[in-house]
Amino acid sequence: MKSITVKKPFDEIKESLKDVEKVFLVGCGTCATMCHTGGLLEVLEMKEELEKSGKKVTGWMVPPVACDDVTKNAIDENTDAIKEADALLVLSCAFGIHSVVIFSDKPVFPATNTLYIGKEDTPGHFSRVCIQCGECVLAFTAGICPIARCAKQLLNGPCGGAQGGKCEISPDLPCAWHLIIERLSKSGQLHKLEKIVPPKNWGKNLTNISPIKRS
Amino acid sequence: MKAGSNLEKVLEGGYFAVTAEVGPPKGTSASVIRRKGELLKFYCDALNVTDNQTAIVRMSSLSGSVILREMGIDPVMQMVVRDRNRIAIQSDILGAVALGIRNVLCLSGDHQKFGNHPDAKGVYDIDSIQLVQTLKTMRDEKKFLCGEGISGEVLLFIGAVENPFADPFEYRVVRLAKKIRAGADFIQTQAVYDVNKFSKWIEMIRDRGLDKQVHILAGIIPIKSVGMARYMRDNVSGVSVPDEIITRLEGAKDVKEEGVKISLEIIDQLKGIDGIHGIHIMAVAWEDIVPVIVERAGLLPRPVL
Repeated sequence: MKSITVKKPFDEIKESLKDVEKVFLVGCGTCATMCHTGGLLEVLEMKEELEKSGKKVTGWMVPPVACDDVTKNAIDENTDAIKEADALLVLSCAFGIHSVVIFSDKPVFPATNTLYIGKEDTPGHFSRVCIQCGECVLAFTAGICPIARCAKQLLNGPCGGAQGGKCEISPDLPCAWHLIIERLSKSGQLHKLEKIVPPKNWGKNLTNISPIKRS
Repeated sequence: MKAGSNLEKVLEGGYFAVTAEVGPPKGTSASVIRRKGELLKFYCDALNVTDNQTAIVRMSSLSGSVILREMGIDPVMQMVVRDRNRIAIQSDILGAVALGIRNVLCLSGDHQKFGNHPDAKGVYDIDSIQLVQTLKTMRDEKKFLCGEGISGEVLLFIGAVENPFADPFEYRVVRLAKKIRAGADFIQTQAVYDVNKFSKWIEMIRDRGLDKQVHILAGIIPIKSVGMARYMRDNVSGVSVPDEIITRLEGAKDVKEEGVKISLEIIDQLKGIDGIHGIHIMAVAWEDIVPVIVERAGLLPRPVL
């Protein structure tokens, strides 16, 4: 699993920090490092940028995984620098930001936008793999997810806009249904698509915020 | 008869049907719909009212359909799954039937990215095949998607669309079969310019016996200018415009007349194809040409049933 993030525009970060003088920076040694949004290098770059714009950076840390409980240990180890800061700027995905909020009472600001669970196709190129819908359909879609990868999230695709294996919304976006059909054809499983797939229960996760208990 | 609409009567009566499109205004004027209705009324068996086509906000298809209905015209209310969830869809259907609308055409809808609110949240709660199935269940079982009962008859003649020119070509027929199984009574296709490719597609339809289970109306978009032809070839998803059509228009003295001739030739070829039960003319921003085409194609008078 990789949580894909992109950097927020620096102007937006500056706007969030407009009433803040002293900042402590938090990166992440896993996903944000791989996405080049919150690794050691990006944290140091952010330190420099903030200092250039007149902020004081009281310290920084890059815990191995920002979304884990080890974030608590890292925060404890940096108590003094964090105490001195007015706010924390977190360069991890939203999961990491969430952990920092749990373990610190200071105001916390995000430096990234979290996009999705995805993969790195080639260096620096990411694509969405899963949106955690809570009702996995990969059994009849050859392991390729139309919920994560079809622009219309069709369960009985493809729509009439697919051309040359590409989605109508972008020539860079492969048609998920084209990929599904290709893969099922190769293994002689195309008949799987003849069944009309009934409407999906989106309430399993996308609109359900209740905590769950392990069964 | 499933719904008793004029379109259903024409198709079930074995006539070669003619439908055309009425695009609602980006405003509140009912007279825009009425003017188009008056123009087309004696030349078509039913008129489609588009549902925020190309994701551009316009007067709702339900309202446009009601305005046509009041004029004695049989409307085909288009409904996309882009903007409504299953609750709104079923609710609008009940209202439409109550107001005398009998034909509904089910579509996914152009992605919101192409419209005038590209940041809008696409709903896509159910897809177009699931929409067809929902309408069939509402009509035949008098039940909502959730299984609860509906009071009163849900008189519907259910339509779906098909783009024979989208990829993967061989799979299109499998998907059309699925739409028919879901409950489609009639199909309106994307514009046909490449009659050869269209013939190959209809051959695959006939091989599966699907032409006996559904009425297929082939799409016609009259071409007004060379620019429009090029635009459709290059930018409209899933429309295939052969180069010879572009060359013909480029060489023409009267481009509009040449465009009409091309449409007439295509209609003539389509009339001879076994399994094609009519045409659907989508004269976007050129509605005036529809009566001319219908008349010159020898499709007048329209049957009075």
